[in-house]
Amino acid sequence: MKPIVTFEKVTKRFDDDTVVLDDFDFEIQPGERVVLMGPSGSGKSTVLRILMTLEDIQEGVVYIEDEPLWHEKRNGSLAPASEKHLHKMRGNVGMVFQHFNLFPNMTVLRNIIEAPIHVLGLSRAEAVKRAEELLDQVGMSAKRDAYPNSLSGGQKQRIAIARAMAMRPKLLMFDEPTSALDPEMVGDVLEVIKDLASEHDLTMLIVTHEMGFARDVANRVCFFCDGRILEQGEPEKIFTAPTEQRTQQFLRMVLKE
Amino acid sequence: MQWIDLLPPLLRGAEVTAWITIASTIGGAILSFAAGIGSGARFAGWRWLARTYVQVFRGTSLLVQLFWIYFALPVLLGISLSPTVAGVLGLSLNIGAYGAEVVRGSLASVESGQLEAATALNFKPVQTLWRVVMPQALVEMMPPFGNLVIQNLKDSALVSLISLSDLAFQADTLRNQTLDTVPILTLTLLMYFAMALVLMLVMRAIERYTVRLSGREVSR
Ligand SMILES: Nc1ncnc2c1ncn2[C@@H]1O[C@H](COP(=O)(O)OP(=O)(O)O)[C@@H](O)[C@H]1O
Ligand SMILES: [Mg+2]
Repeated sequence: MKPIVTFEKVTKRFDDDTVVLDDFDFEIQPGERVVLMGPSGSGKSTVLRILMTLEDIQEGVVYIEDEPLWHEKRNGSLAPASEKHLHKMRGNVGMVFQHFNLFPNMTVLRNIIEAPIHVLGLSRAEAVKRAEELLDQVGMSAKRDAYPNSLSGGQKQRIAIARAMAMRPKLLMFDEPTSALDPEMVGDVLEVIKDLASEHDLTMLIVTHEMGFARDVANRVCFFCDGRILEQGEPEKIFTAPTEQRTQQFLRMVLKE
Repeated sequence: MQWIDLLPPLLRGAEVTAWITIASTIGGAILSFAAGIGSGARFAGWRWLARTYVQVFRGTSLLVQLFWIYFALPVLLGISLSPTVAGVLGLSLNIGAYGAEVVRGSLASVESGQLEAATALNFKPVQTLWRVVMPQALVEMMPPFGNLVIQNLKDSALVSLISLSDLAFQADTLRNQTLDTVPILTLTLLMYFAMALVLMLVMRAIERYTVRLSGREVSR
């Protein structure tokens, strides 16, 4: 089966001297649920943001299925992607942010239906139906007409998950979805993500430091360090018998928290 | 001359002032949004045009702008402008340049996370601007806009110098005719202040509306 995501010798630099990714290779198979873990500043968010087209790349090629994301095939060679190409490619990918980023000027329902109507071209009735199903799945039906500012962090994140799901992405990414939440809200949000993972055969890429959650949800855990994957494997193997010293150190530190 | 006799000519002037202020505030608002949005446009030509306009009209005095539009522009273009058109045009262009900076700053103040979420949902830039950014930015614009509208009312007194018979012009004319300086200027002051009060109330109402639009008010 061909991968849904491929990073091929990708280099990402910020202002010419900070090299975040250097010759980075990475693949995700369709239906896989991959957890990225690793020290802060190692480039995990950057990997997600490149896939969401929020950060460009300097060298290499990123593929979504077999289409380059940041390039377009023109006369047999690869040219930088146009806005039109990026728009087309973005439709495959969705993202849930650490700080939710709900639109405060819209009700919960409108947050979810706005893009399906105006980007996907769904009718209002179809979009509302889709939104109501998702609100039910994330346990937020009662807040349908509320504004985000009246919700708790955990509630906001569940809405943000429904909003991303409403676009029916092939790949859904989560960037530390619970690290901005009060501890008592974390469980609910992780539960919602686990439910989605078991009900939809969605490909997921998740940055999280919640080890119990990673164990439940992931097929593969990647230990990410200094812009590369130092060690990866099934969660059981990475958590119980990591071979790299850096991984062991990191896991001890996370466990202590 | 009785105070009561001073009222009709002053009120006629006040009416002119009110219309000039309303017209140039609307004109200025349109220019503010056009240039404020334009200075962040992707097309470099728009950015240049918007920024040049703002620089020129903030960097020169309103009086010179009014004189230039009234006396010089007609010569250059071979047309004639009525004092009203020249006055409204000059005030609009001037207040619009200041307003554009307010619009630009308010649009830029919307959190980057909002733009990222809009990109993640695949909104086009125009959709992001009107559906996400503008409704949140408007509320930021309102307090400075309130100041600009009042400033515009006060600035409008300068149009008397291109022979528009606004409130300031009428006051000056009456003073030359009657020498009743104290009652004339006192009444003039009160009339400007009354108009300013009305403008403040209107702006406050608009501000309340934009607060609701932004979703800042917690409503359940
Ligand atoms: N916009 C930016 N400009 C400059 N440096 C950045 C920017 N975004 C991230 N970085 C740098 O890139 C590195 C990786 O960041 P990030 O991907 O956010 O790490 P992580 O998510 O693993 O904590 C960090 O050293 C960070 O300082
Ligand atoms: Mg991060």
